[in-house]
Amino acid sequence: MNSGIDLQGTFITSLTDLGLPPGLAKVFWMPLPMLLMIIGATVAILVSVWLERKISAAAQQRVGPEYVGPQGSLQPAMDGLKLIFKEDIIPGNADSILFTLGPILVILPVFISFLIVPFGQNLLISDVTIGVFLWIALASIQPIGLLMSGYASNNKYSLLGGLRAAAQSISYEIPLALAVLAVVLMSNSLSTIDIVQQQSGYGILGWNVWRQPVGFVIFWIAALAECERLPFDLPEAEEELVAGYQTEYSGMKFALFYMASYVNLVLSALLVVVLYLGGWESPIPVGFLADLLGVSETNSAVQVITASLGILMTMFKTYLFVFLAILLRWTTPRVRIDQLLNLGWKFLLPVALANLLITAALKLAFPFAFGG
Amino acid sequence: MNLAEGVQLVSFIILAVAMIGAALGVVLSPSVVYAAFLLGAVFISISGLYLLLNASFVAAAQILIYVGAVNVLILFAIMLVNKREDFQPVKFAWVRKAVTGGVCAGLFLLLGTTIITTPWAFSTETPIGDDAIYLIGEHFFSDFLLPFELASVLLLMALIGAIVLARRDFLPDAALTSDIENLKLPERPRELVSAAKTEQ
Repeated sequence: MNSGIDLQGTFITSLTDLGLPPGLAKVFWMPLPMLLMIIGATVAILVSVWLERKISAAAQQRVGPEYVGPQGSLQPAMDGLKLIFKEDIIPGNADSILFTLGPILVILPVFISFLIVPFGQNLLISDVTIGVFLWIALASIQPIGLLMSGYASNNKYSLLGGLRAAAQSISYEIPLALAVLAVVLMSNSLSTIDIVQQQSGYGILGWNVWRQPVGFVIFWIAALAECERLPFDLPEAEEELVAGYQTEYSGMKFALFYMASYVNLVLSALLVVVLYLGGWESPIPVGFLADLLGVSETNSAVQVITASLGILMTMFKTYLFVFLAILLRWTTPRVRIDQLLNLGWKFLLPVALANLLITAALKLAFPFAFGG
Repeated sequence: MNLAEGVQLVSFIILAVAMIGAALGVVLSPSVVYAAFLLGAVFISISGLYLLLNASFVAAAQILIYVGAVNVLILFAIMLVNKREDFQPVKFAWVRKAVTGGVCAGLFLLLGTTIITTPWAFSTETPIGDDAIYLIGEHFFSDFLLPFELASVLLLMALIGAIVLARRDFLPDAALTSDIENLKLPERPRELVSAAKTEQ
């Protein structure tokens, strides 16, 4: 397996050739991928908001945004600008410190989680060994922010929404973690890079979705619930709770919640792709195609094409799932809170546990197919 | 001192100050909600210290368990308690505070002198770092098997206890008659499962 393009290594060696110490060269390198990822995530929000509005319009036989930019594609950016210029209102009896801190605590963990999202062999911020576990741990900080903003708003709808959101994300974190654990069991590693590596080689046939169909469904349901997407958007159910924990928020603080929910959706879709759909791998392995054409895989042109194809593939599969989530949002009714908790605790949790046990048994029985 | 050591020192100072400040806030804050949120800050600073010690798995586990589970449960408990009660001012409240402060200061001095005077045996091995997950797993299933299993039995007991508490059948208010019964939780007396089966 060749390692592909190593931008970090090249950047650091070229800076050390200029006479900089290696430590300093690394310091100069570090902000670049982070900035790129933050910009990428922000653009991903704008794209998914635009998709959401266009697809919802199509589902309801409307046109949707069409005046700002081609096909209304600049509408989300204009909405963002509008929110920046809006007055930042803190209600009179609200707790101003917690009211400000809440949205920040909601959005920070999501952006930090992009640390582990790979777009190629070396195309990620940092290949931490605890990979997906870091994502699960960071996602567990979010409920605190939701509770904080719900409490600080000093509004009964906000408090109820915050409590619901926290209850929902705690209960769906467990099936989510168990589904991830089954994948980790098969790839013998928590690192996202290793998880994709383990699925590579056979193209579409090697992807985890064939070996973990139950885990895949559990993960997707739990991820939707974590993102508070529509079948599970009780914390902000308009008919019951006005807007849940966001009721009192306006301007940029509201925008933080809004961004957090869409980034979370994109992040969850990215992780579905990484864990179950072979990450940056194309359905037909690139190495196989290169062999057919008689080009060496270490050829620099092939490597550039492989890397760009990897990014394209990841984004394509991710937006397929974002599309699915949006379609689900506009076609399914909302579940009740008791149905939601019953589904989480009485159905998904036992099924996820059984899935984990069966995966362990299959791994012992067929080590060649289930990563012995 | 090179760049990495400098960054490490600065982050240690920031984390230590944040942790001590937040911990003092937990104890001294009059508002219980603030205390609970500050407790979360303490846990996060501790996980930062673990990161500085090259224990990334322990750091993530610290966040997942203490911030994501324990602290959220504490907040839930605070926010779901619906008891409006004004606290009566206690006479000589300062005596209690002074005694508590004295005990805490004594404990701090005792532990501080112990830490300084003990000749610690520093290990010369390089820290295992990222491979710690494998080592922790091996220890759990070899020489630390008993504590590990005992902890899981403890958790199972807590789980069953929670289910028993949650499945109580409360009587409606009208059914309550005697005042003595009011002191207890208005709960419908339930037969044991085996006894109920023999009656049928």
